[in-house]
Amino acid sequence: MALKIVKGSIDRMFDKNLQDLVRGIRNHKEDEAKYISTCIDEIKQELKQDNIAVKANAVCKLTYLQMLGYDVSWAAFNIVEVMSSSKFTYKRIGYLAASQCFHEGTDVIMLTTNQIRKDLSSPNQYDTGVALTGLSCFVTPDLARDLANDIMTLMSHTKPYIRKKAVLIMYKVFLKYPESLRPAFPRLKEKLEDPDPGVQSAAVNVICELARRNPKNYLSLAPLFFKLMTSSTNNWVLIKIIKLFGALTPLEPRLGKKLIEPLTNLIHSTSAMSLLYECVNTVIAVLISLSSGMPNHSASIQLCVQKLRILIEDSDQNLKYLGLLAMSKILKTHPKSVQSHKDLILQCLDDKDESIRLRALDLLYGMVSKKNLMEIVKKLMLHVDKAEGTTYRDELLTKIIDICSQSNYQYITNFEWYISILVELTRLEGTRHGHLIASQMLDVAIRVKAIRVFAVAQMAMLLDNAHLLTGNMQRNGICEVLYAAAWICGEFSEHLEDPMQTLEAMLRPKVATLPGHIQAVYVQNAAKLFSTVLRKHEGSTDSQAAQETSQLLIERLPLFVQSANLEVQERASCILQLVKYIQKLQQKDVEVAEEVSALFAGELNPVAPKAQKKVPVPDGLDLDAWINEPPSESESEDEKPKAVFAKEEPKHSRPRHTEVDEKELARRREARKQEQANNPFYIKSSPSSQKVYQDAPGVEHIPVVQIDLSVPLKVPGLPMSDQYLKLEEERRQKEKADKKKKEKKKKREKHGKGKRADSGPESEEDITPAHHVDIVTEEMPENALPSDDDDKDPNDPHKALDIDLDNLLSGTNYRPLADSEKLPVRTHRSEALKSPVEEGDGEQIPQETKKRSSKEKKEKKKDKDKDRKKSKEEKKKKKKHKHDVDEDEPVELPSEEPVQLEDTSEVAAPPTSTSAEASDLDFWLSSAPVAPPTKEATTPDPAPSSGPETSLAAAPDSEADEPKDVEPEEAKSSKHKKKKQKKEKEKDEKKEKKKKRHHHHHHHGDGGGEDSVQNGTMEEEEPLPPMSNYCLLAENSYIKMVYDIQGNLQDGSQVVVSVIFENKSDSFLKSMEFNVLDSLNSKLQRPDGAGPHDGLVVPFQLPPGVSNEARFVFSVQSIVMPQKLKGTLTFIVKSEDSSTHEKLDFKLHFTCTSYLITTPCYSDAYAKLLESGDLKSSSLRLEGVNMPFHHLLARICFHHHFSVVERIDSCASMYSRSIQGHHVCLLVKTADQTVSIDAKCDEPSLLGNVLDEIKQTFSQC
Amino acid sequence: MIKAILIFNNHGKPRLSKFYEHYTEDTEQQIIRETFHLVSKRDENVCNFLEGGMLIGGSDNKLIYRHYATLYFVFCVDSSESELGILDLIQVFVETLDKCFENVCELDLIFHVDKVHNILAEMVMGGMVLETNMNEIITQVDAQNKMEKSEAGIAGAPARAVSAVKNMNLPEMPKNINIGDISIKVPNLPSFK
Repeated sequence: MALKIVKGSIDRMFDKNLQDLVRGIRNHKEDEAKYISTCIDEIKQELKQDNIAVKANAVCKLTYLQMLGYDVSWAAFNIVEVMSSSKFTYKRIGYLAASQCFHEGTDVIMLTTNQIRKDLSSPNQYDTGVALTGLSCFVTPDLARDLANDIMTLMSHTKPYIRKKAVLIMYKVFLKYPESLRPAFPRLKEKLEDPDPGVQSAAVNVICELARRNPKNYLSLAPLFFKLMTSSTNNWVLIKIIKLFGALTPLEPRLGKKLIEPLTNLIHSTSAMSLLYECVNTVIAVLISLSSGMPNHSASIQLCVQKLRILIEDSDQNLKYLGLLAMSKILKTHPKSVQSHKDLILQCLDDKDESIRLRALDLLYGMVSKKNLMEIVKKLMLHVDKAEGTTYRDELLTKIIDICSQSNYQYITNFEWYISILVELTRLEGTRHGHLIASQMLDVAIRVKAIRVFAVAQMAMLLDNAHLLTGNMQRNGICEVLYAAAWICGEFSEHLEDPMQTLEAMLRPKVATLPGHIQAVYVQNAAKLFSTVLRKHEGSTDSQAAQETSQLLIERLPLFVQSANLEVQERASCILQLVKYIQKLQQKDVEVAEEVSALFAGELNPVAPKAQKKVPVPDGLDLDAWINEPPSESESEDEKPKAVFAKEEPKHSRPRHTEVDEKELARRREARKQEQANNPFYIKSSPSSQKVYQDAPGVEHIPVVQIDLSVPLKVPGLPMSDQYLKLEEERRQKEKADKKKKEKKKKREKHGKGKRADSGPESEEDITPAHHVDIVTEEMPENALPSDDDDKDPNDPHKALDIDLDNLLSGTNYRPLADSEKLPVRTHRSEALKSPVEEGDGEQIPQETKKRSSKEKKEKKKDKDKDRKKSKEEKKKKKKHKHDVDEDEPVELPSEEPVQLEDTSEVAAPPTSTSAEASDLDFWLSSAPVAPPTKEATTPDPAPSSGPETSLAAAPDSEADEPKDVEPEEAKSSKHKKKKQKKEKEKDEKKEKKKKRHHHHHHHGDGGGEDSVQNGTMEEEEPLPPMSNYCLLAENSYIKMVYDIQGNLQDGSQVVVSVIFENKSDSFLKSMEFNVLDSLNSKLQRPDGAGPHDGLVVPFQLPPGVSNEARFVFSVQSIVMPQKLKGTLTFIVKSEDSSTHEKLDFKLHFTCTSYLITTPCYSDAYAKLLESGDLKSSSLRLEGVNMPFHHLLARICFHHHFSVVERIDSCASMYSRSIQGHHVCLLVKTADQTVSIDAKCDEPSLLGNVLDEIKQTFSQC
Repeated sequence: MIKAILIFNNHGKPRLSKFYEHYTEDTEQQIIRETFHLVSKRDENVCNFLEGGMLIGGSDNKLIYRHYATLYFVFCVDSSESELGILDLIQVFVETLDKCFENVCELDLIFHVDKVHNILAEMVMGGMVLETNMNEIITQVDAQNKMEKSEAGIAGAPARAVSAVKNMNLPEMPKNINIGDISIKVPNLPSFK
């Protein structure tokens, strides 16, 4: 044995190792590829051997070759072999190779799962470390799913080395397997406070990456991060946190206020430039998020700008660059503070570093005003002349155009100047942006009517001097401007001074060298010019001129008829025939001008670029529906698709084989020639069309002078933009003088929609445009959709990670991890389904049989227990607190969850929607120096007289985790609320709504529709009509009650009735008492000690016009039947002089739907459930339902508490569960206004009643 | 996130490439070529950031590089990384290499690319910064090398001997030819630690 090992290693020493390979490659510089291919052959041989050392050596060499660009995926299996070696040395080589060349498409990856798991649990920390490092590079969704639990365990490893790696890799796991985020998050959060700084930094790193994509979900961590920020000394961690805050502040302005002070301190104190820079950046983000009107923040802005100026003035180019970068962020909101540094920025334009020049250009964009635009552009034009490299010059060119055209030409006062700038830009040789200049010319000429005369004159000049532009047109994108020039001259030819001359210029033979699409425009616009000329001359006696024009066209057009470009050819021949006909008529002295110009009559209006997208889809048009029945699949496989437009020769569709012999090729070529000869669309193999006309007699040869364009040209006769600067100066001077005389002139300043109120500095309004300019706005289709849908990339992996984590952490509203959310754990096969006892409060969704090892199971159970314990603790705390408060009344709450009587609109917060966590955050934020309002309310404040009760109701939620002495503060902050700005409130509400997603209790009118869509996991479609579950309970002249019933998730025998009381009278309503006549089946839960007929006191009073919500818990026994309960509300109406006792009777209708709880269900579990055969089925048909299918689904989801399991076209499966655990499954299909619902449930009468209720829902609408 | 880490020499020859997203070998080579093209034409005293976002997905990305003697160290990162922070990280990386190889030069990287990978793996993992403390990195790298040595044991001895003999015979001993010794002049960066 020992001999064998020694022999193996002796064999090995004569193998090439990595160093030998590298050396060999260096020695074979001439025939490197050949040498490497022999090496690869050797490697292949080595891989075939049994000795793992040899294999590892080979794999090591392959890793090197991979870097040189050789595909080594063929060795993937060998890499897996080396990875699974027991020796660390080889394992490391294997994992390195895998991390370099494995990816999601590598099929052997699935073989690695067990090996990786083994390595992860290896006693040697470096085995684990190497496996984690490798896995971080090639983790796939499958690996992530299978290993998530193992990695999660490692997050609590004893060695910090493993912990930090495990924490870091979790981010990759989340990306590939988003379901793991919720279960792993509590532990990840824990790691933020790990004793080891490395682990802490890793956790910060991961959460920052997560939060960057979906910041709103991480807002509740802000206090923790704040603590870290003020305590940590690790600059890496600080930078990450500060960057994270930059992402969070836009969502929560109050956070920004809290941040400013510590950040400012850091800015003053730190010596690390990187930290300083990030602080400045985040302060900028804060300032952006705050309303700019706050005077006390101008100091912060000044500080930032000052620090940035120091950076920009620094000799270190990196700091200069970053300073400019940050400056551009300030520019957006505080342009004035940046504009004062114009000198510095212009100076940066001269920097030798291109990156810096580009950044400075970006800044200029935001610094222009009406006043300085011309001056700045003039500077830029100078740079254009000086710029050596074409890329930078092109960048300058686009910037000039961007600067001038920004916000609908807001800053341009003189369009003549702008046109001449554009014309000057055409002198740029070799630019790629000809089309950009062209589109600007077109845009200005079309939309600014007043400038057309001038523009046309300029364009005519350009056309006349076209040869200068096109000098060497092959490498020249600038000829694009001729496209614009020709079109402008043609379209607005009535403004031309000498159309004849322009026409002549457009028909020069040289034109035929232009690209096809430009020629086409030339031809078409020549025709337009022709009509103009005709009209001009026809009126006069001089018919000779008109005829000469016709003759000119007839002579020149054949040139285009021969063009190789189909478009040109077609247009030219059309127009040629037309002109010939006109000529005939002219010879007979018939007046034709009228008819000819009718050809081109009518104005073209600019259309907004997005117009097409914004056309709304008409009602009833389903763009996804098949027009004809889709072909069956078998057909499409076997049959060749039929040619739609023409019969194709089979020859063409056959793929060409390369091995066809020469003879066959020749034969085919011959056949093809034959075919082409008969085909009129092929140009015969005569000499090229261009040559034809050059040799053709009768074509005038206009000597074309080639000019070397390396010297910037002055196009003769073109006005220089500079002169406008002087003119403008004079004009402004004069205007000022005029203005003093006539004040009323001011009125004439505003022109068109394009001229919005100026944001530029100092009395910009004083500058009037030189022309009366009417910027035509672009047309949009009628009833265009207003939304500016900049959708996120649907493929963005981070979208899947947008998971609400708040309710995971909070106490009161703890949404336990559903079983489906637990990380899959492997077990031995013998182990059966989880016992129901263990499932505890979790939903009893049928599960796939899970495999797990007993050890891991224990681990997991522990976690779960821990989680549960935590939440229980919090609940207990809350309960305890309640006791404190309610001491004198011996109220024992029946359950921990929905409190017997609570009110949503009270000062504190809506009970279930605001989690304890959120209120913590609110509290934390509200203690900021400028304490803004904390909580939002859906209704105005109750009167102060409701004092004691209010604070009682407020306490339990906000103080779940806080010490008791918080209360006064809380109350104080509630007072601020009254002064709160509406805007903020709306924002808060929106945010709140997001949080509410999982809580149907709070679907108030408008929000409901959207929420149910999210809940039902349906794709976004047409917006849904607003829905509400609240229905009228009773109403009289004093009060109106609406109610909604929801099942209680935690207790199978309870439902919660939320009643909104609205005071309709002008009087004060107080002492409201709510009482219900219990039935055998349903009883109102009354406090202990209260008699069975006592009413419940509604815990608030209602001032006039105010509404408020209270909740009542009912216990029910059987839920299979709907039922009604009679009840009475008694109350005292108190007006100024009198008070009366009133009562209102009502009937509470407990529908079967109200016993259902929206429960998500995965399709595989769903399928298992259906297969199980325990369910009874029933069905329902609805006729004449003409709402979109997704509306239908949304309604079912919303009103009947279902969730969509799967949806395919017009068919969807849905699931819901009753509070007593009945499964209800629906299969909804729709076809021409008929909806059929097949339903299954383990309780037939419940099902029947639910279906009846669904039917009723749809009969109502 | 760091998207890629590239090291190449003044002629664009790759010395190390680490992509944290998958690309085909051809694309990788093209990215290396283009990056070299962008970076190499820049003067010595211009800023170290390049908006070469098109190279590796998305305009969000930046190239941050440093040039040491004959080698370019290029990190392609997205906007979640601090620019100056990454510059410091490169510095830490190079200093670590210098410690591990004792006066690192290009030839060390040429012949021991696997070791460079192992050092890098202790600093950056899956595109995220794992460790920035040089001593910690070196401790972990050393510990792993020690393990490797103990595993090789007796069986490794003959191979080492042969390798030494091979090296002796060849004119190309790394330290003999003094191709660009990477003398790291630590440009006085603002203190980071």
